[in-house]
Amino acid sequence: MTTEAVRAMPETTMIAVEHVRKSFGPVPVLKDISLSVPKGGVLSLIGPSGSGKSTLLRCLNLLTIPCEGTIRIGSHAMRFGPDHRMPRDRDLAAFRSTVGMVFQNFNLFPHMSVVQNIMEGPVTVLGRGRDDARDLAVRLLDKVGLREKADAYPDRLSGGQKQRVAIARALAMQPEVMLFDEATSALDPELVGEVLSVVRQLASEGMTMVLVTHEIAFARDVADTCVFMRDGFVVEEGPARQIIEDPQQAATKAFLSHFHKAAV
Amino acid sequence: MTYEWDFSFLLQYKGLIAIGALYTIGFTIVTAIAGFVVGGLIAVARLADARVVTLPLLAFIEIFRCTPVLVQLVWIYYALPIVIGVELKPATAAFIALTLYGASFFAEIIRGGIASIDTGQWDAGRALGMRRAALMRRVVLPQALKRMIPPLVNQVVLQLKNTSLLSVLAVPDLLYQGQLITSATYKPLEVYTMIAVIYFIILFPLTTLAHGLERRLAR
Ligand SMILES: Nc1ncnc2c1ncn2[C@@H]1O[C@H](COP(=O)(O)OP(=O)(O)OP(=O)(O)O)[C@@H](O)[C@H]1O
Ligand SMILES: [Mg+2]
Repeated sequence: MTTEAVRAMPETTMIAVEHVRKSFGPVPVLKDISLSVPKGGVLSLIGPSGSGKSTLLRCLNLLTIPCEGTIRIGSHAMRFGPDHRMPRDRDLAAFRSTVGMVFQNFNLFPHMSVVQNIMEGPVTVLGRGRDDARDLAVRLLDKVGLREKADAYPDRLSGGQKQRVAIARALAMQPEVMLFDEATSALDPELVGEVLSVVRQLASEGMTMVLVTHEIAFARDVADTCVFMRDGFVVEEGPARQIIEDPQQAATKAFLSHFHKAAV
Repeated sequence: MTYEWDFSFLLQYKGLIAIGALYTIGFTIVTAIAGFVVGGLIAVARLADARVVTLPLLAFIEIFRCTPVLVQLVWIYYALPIVIGVELKPATAAFIALTLYGASFFAEIIRGGIASIDTGQWDAGRALGMRRAALMRRVVLPQALKRMIPPLVNQVVLQLKNTSLLSVLAVPDLLYQGQLITSATYKPLEVYTMIAVIYFIILFPLTTLAHGLERRLAR
C-alpha cells in the first residue's frame, strides 16, 4: 500500500481506477476494471444484478479492498496486490473521509437525531467543535430541505427524507467525491423525485459523482458518462446519452431493452 | 398433625441473616461487574480474525458454559492450588469461579449484541472515515448495549442464584447462614422458608425489570 499522488494523471482527473480486480474467495467479481472521472464529472454505472456495480463502488472508498490495482481519489492513491501490504485502519479511514457514500438502505444511525447524524463525521473524524458542526449540519439540512426535521429521529422520517439526511451526512465531511449506490431503489415511487433533485443539484454545483442506478432516464440526464458493466467487466462506456440511446454492444442493447421505451 | 409455625425466633439472628444477605448481594455485584469486564474483553477479542486468539477463547467459553458452577467452584478451590502452588481462600476461589463462569456467558451476550448490529451501520461509519474504536464507541455499542440489557439482567439473576453455591466453601452467604441457624435451632422449615423469601424479594424486582425492558425493546 502506498499513499502518493500518481503523477502521470492529468490534474483534472478526480477518480482513477486502474486494473482493479476483486475476488470473493475463488469467485472473481471485478475483472480488470479501469476507468476515470474528471473533476466535476458525473458517471453513471449501470448493469444487470450481480455484475459487480456495488463491489466496484465500494472499492472506490475501500469499504471493499481490491485484490489488485490502483484506486486514486484526488491526491490520495492506494495500490493493491501481492506486493502491497494490507492498508492500516488509520490510512483506510483517512482515505474514506474524502469520499462520501450514500447507500440503498440509508444506514442512518438510529440512536442519533437527524442533526447528530450529520454532526457525527465532522465531530468524531475531523475533530470540529460541536457548535461549528451544528451550524454546518443546519446549513446542509437547509440545502436538502429538511431544516424542520433537525431534532427528529430517523424512525420518524419517510424513506425520501432519510435518504436526504444520509446525503447531508456524507456532505458534512466535505468530500471530494460522492458515491451513490442505488440511492432510490428502496423508495416508494413518489419519493424518488425528491432525492434525485438533490443529486441533480449537486451535479450542477460541480460535485464529482459516481451513480449506480436503475433509473435509466436519470443515468442519461444527470451523468456525463455512462459505464455498462456485466460479469465483472466494463462492456461499454461513453457519453451517457449515446450509451443509453444508441448502445453499440449486444449485451448493452439486451440490458437496456428491459427498460420500457416510455421510461427512457 | 399441624405444625406450629413460629418465625419470631429468627429475630435474634437478624445480624447473621443481614451478613448473609450482604455477602450474597455483594458477591453478585462484584462478580457481575468483574465478569462483565472480562466477558467484554473476550467478546471484543473474539471479533478478531486471528484463530490463535479466537479458538482458545472459544474453548474457555465452552468449558465454563458446559460444566456446572459447583464443579468449577470446588475445582478452583481444591484442584487449582495444586497446579499453581498457591492456597486460595474460599472467598477468593469463589470470586474466581463466579467471575469466570459469568464472563463466559456475558461474553456470548455481548458478542451476540455486537453481531446483531446491521453491517450497514459499520459501512456508514467507515464511509465517514471513522476508525474502528470510534465506530465501536459511537455507533455499534450504544445500539448493541440496548439490546443486551434484558439478557444481561437475566444473567445477573442467575449469577445471584449461583452465589448460594458458595455455602459449600463455607463462605457466609444467605444459604450458609441459614444452615448455621438451622443447626442451632433445629427449625429448618422457618429458616429455609425465610431464606427463600429473601431471595425472592431481591430477585423478583430484577426479573420484572428484565421483562419490562424486553417488552419495551420489542416494540
Ligand atoms: N461480501 C461478498 N462476499 C461474497 N460474494 C459477494 C460479496 N459481495 C458481493 N458478492 C458477489 O459479487 C457479485 C457482484 O455483486 P455486486 O453486489 O457488486 O453486484 P451488483 O451489480 O451491485 O448487483 P445488484 O444490481 O443486484 O446490486 C455477486 O455475485 C455477489 O453475490
Ligand atoms: Mg448492488
